[in-house]
Amino acid sequence: MAFDRRSLLKGMATASAAAVASASPVKAARERKVVPEDARGMLYDTTLCIGCKACVRACKEANDLPADTRTPGMENYDAPTDLNEYTKNIIKLYKEGDRRSYVKRQCMQCVDPACVGACMIGAFRKEKYGVITWDKERCIGCRYCQMACPFNVPKFEWSSLNPYIVKCEYCRQRAGDKQWEPACCEVCPREAVIAGTYEELLAEAKRRLAEYPDRYEPKIYGEKDLGGTQVLYLSHVPFEKLGFKFDSEEPVPEMQQTIQHGVYQGFIAPAALYAMLGVVVWRNRRKDGAEETEGEA
Amino acid sequence: MSDRAEELGGPVLSKVSKWILWLGIVGAVLIVWRFGVGLGRSTGLNDGYPWGLWIAFDVVTGTALGCGGFAMALLVYIFNKGKYHPLVRPAILTSALGYSMAGLAIAIDVGRPWFIWRIPLGGFPDMGKYNWNSALLEVALCVMAYVIVLWIELSPAFFEKWKDSPKQGLANFSKKAYGIINKLLIWIIALGVLLPTMHQSSLGSLMLLSGPRLHGLWNTPLLPLLFLISCIAMGYAVVVMESALSSRFFGRPSHVSMLAAIGNVAAYLIWGFLVIRLVELVMRGRLGLMFQFNAQALMFWIEIICFVVPAVMLMNAQKRQDLGYLFRAAIMLVFAGTLYRFDTYLVAFMPGENFSYFPTVPEMFVTIGIVAIEIMLYVALVTVFPILAGKPTTAEAH
Repeated sequence: MAFDRRSLLKGMATASAAAVASASPVKAARERKVVPEDARGMLYDTTLCIGCKACVRACKEANDLPADTRTPGMENYDAPTDLNEYTKNIIKLYKEGDRRSYVKRQCMQCVDPACVGACMIGAFRKEKYGVITWDKERCIGCRYCQMACPFNVPKFEWSSLNPYIVKCEYCRQRAGDKQWEPACCEVCPREAVIAGTYEELLAEAKRRLAEYPDRYEPKIYGEKDLGGTQVLYLSHVPFEKLGFKFDSEEPVPEMQQTIQHGVYQGFIAPAALYAMLGVVVWRNRRKDGAEETEGEA
Repeated sequence: MSDRAEELGGPVLSKVSKWILWLGIVGAVLIVWRFGVGLGRSTGLNDGYPWGLWIAFDVVTGTALGCGGFAMALLVYIFNKGKYHPLVRPAILTSALGYSMAGLAIAIDVGRPWFIWRIPLGGFPDMGKYNWNSALLEVALCVMAYVIVLWIELSPAFFEKWKDSPKQGLANFSKKAYGIINKLLIWIIALGVLLPTMHQSSLGSLMLLSGPRLHGLWNTPLLPLLFLISCIAMGYAVVVMESALSSRFFGRPSHVSMLAAIGNVAAYLIWGFLVIRLVELVMRGRLGLMFQFNAQALMFWIEIICFVVPAVMLMNAQKRQDLGYLFRAAIMLVFAGTLYRFDTYLVAFMPGENFSYFPTVPEMFVTIGIVAIEIMLYVALVTVFPILAGKPTTAEAH
C-alpha cells in the first residue's frame, strides 16, 4: 500500500517547528528572585561546631518529634542517621584522614525553592520572612517536593498510614515571639549556628571571612548557590565534602518554569492549538463525508 | 470491505487465561495490603527515591503506552488518513484502559489518596489555589480530564450496542446520547489530541525540576519534546502490537499493510527523536558523558540500541509486510520507550550515594496485577461491545 509520506512528514515538520518555536523565545524570560526584605535565616560555622547535638535534641522537643531508635545497635538512643520522618535537623560528621568537620543539615530556606515550584496546590509556600512552610491540608503525599529539592530536605512519613511531609519550618510556631529564634539556634552552646535577619547574617559571615581568611574556605555557601539560600554556611573544609555538591548559581526551578511559562503563557498557545485542531478535524470530517456520499469509500 | 466494528460475543471468562485472572487477583489483594501496612513496608521507596516502579512504569510509561488513541487520532483526524479508521476504536479502548489504570496506580502511590479530589478543586476548603508553576499539577489535571475524554470517545461503541437493547429506556437514552456525542465529536477529538500533547510533554518537564540531580545525558530542556515524540511512536507501536494480538487470538483482520505503514511512521518519529537527542548532546558539549564508565553511560547505550533496532527494522518496506516481523519491531520499540522513561525517572536520578532503590516483590506484583486487570477489561469490553473491526471476508484474510 502506498503511503502518502510527504504530507505526513510535512505535518510533522510543522508540528515540531511550532513546538520548538514556542519554546525558544522565552529563554531567560523568568526573572531571578531576590531575597525577601524581611528574610530571616541562619548562619552555621563549621569551625565553631563541636558536634554536641544539643540542636538535634532541642529541635525534636520544639517540634514534638519522636525519638528515632531504629539505627542498628543504637536501639536505646535517639540516633537518627540522617534527616528523616522523625528528624528535621541533624549534625553529621565528615572525616577523611585527620581532616574532619561537623555539618548541620536542615531546610536551607531557598530564595527560589524547588519544593514550592513543585507542589500542586501549594502545600509548600514561601511565607513571611522567607520561611518555607508546609500545610498538611493541601498535601496528598505525592512526594514531588522530594524529587525536586536539591538538598534532600523534605522527608516522608514512610511508616505512617496517614503520611505527612516532615521538614524544618524555622520553628514557625515561635513566629510570634519577640526574639524569634529556631530552637537549634537558641540552644547552641558555641553559637555555631545563629539566627537573625538575612542581612545581619550575611554581613557577619563576610566579616568572619575577611577577619580570618586562612581559617575558612573562601566562600559563603548559600550566598549565590542555586539562586541563594537564607541559611548560610562557613566551612574550613571544601563544601562538596559536606554534601553541598552543586555550585551552579541557577535556581532549580528556572529551566522548568521558563519552559512551562513559555508554552502556557496566559493559556494562549493551548487555546490556539485547540482551535486549530478543531478546525482541522472539522474540515477533514466534512471532506470525508463528501467523499462518502460520492463514492461510498 | 467490512470494516464496521463488531463485538466478539460469547462468554468473557473463557477468553481470559487463568494465569491472567490469578495475577489480577494477587495484584488486587496486594493493593489492599499496601493500604494496611503503609508505603514504607510495602515498597522499596525511600526518602532518596520517593518515586519508583509505580510512577516510572504504571504512570509515566503506562500513559505513554496509552497513547495509541492519541497517535491514531493524529493520523486519522489531523493528517486525514481516513482509511486507518478501523484501527481507531481498539486504540481508544487501549488508551482509555491504560489511562484509567495509570489513575489507579497514582491513587495507590500517593500517601493520602483520599484527598486527591482536592487537586482539581485547588484545595479545600480554601479553594482555587492552583500552583500553575507545577508541571505535576498540569499533568494531574490533564490526565483526569483525558480519562473522561477517552471514555467519551469510546462511548459510541457502548451506545451502538445499547440502542438495540430490549430495555426501552436504555435504548432511547443511547440513541439520544449517540446523537449528542456525534455533534460534539469534533471538539472531543480535538481535546483528545490537545490534552495528551500537553501532559505527555509535561511528563518530561517534570524531571527538569530534579535538574541538579539528573544525569547530564537525560537532563535537557528538550525533555518535553523528547517525551512527546517518543510517546507518539510508542502509541503506534502499541496499536501494531494490539492489532497483531487480536488477530492472533480473536481471528480479527490484521490490517497488515496499514500496520506496516504506521510502523513506518513510528520509525520516522524515532529517527527524529534520536537526531534531536544526539544533536542536543553535541551542542551542550555532553557527548563525553556517553563514554564514561558508569551505569548511566551503559544504560544510555542500551537505550539507544533499543531505539535504533526497531527503527531500522521498520524502514524495511518488504519485511514489514509480515505481521510477526512487525510485532517484534513494535515490541522492541515499546521496550525502548519504556527504558527511556525508566532511565529518566530512576537511573538518571541521583539523590546521593547513600540512597538506593529496587522495587520489592509485592511492588512488582501490584504492577503486574494492574496490567492483568487491564488485559481482562480489554477482553471483556471487546467481547461485549463493537470495538474490533468485523470478521474478514475470505478474500481479505491474510
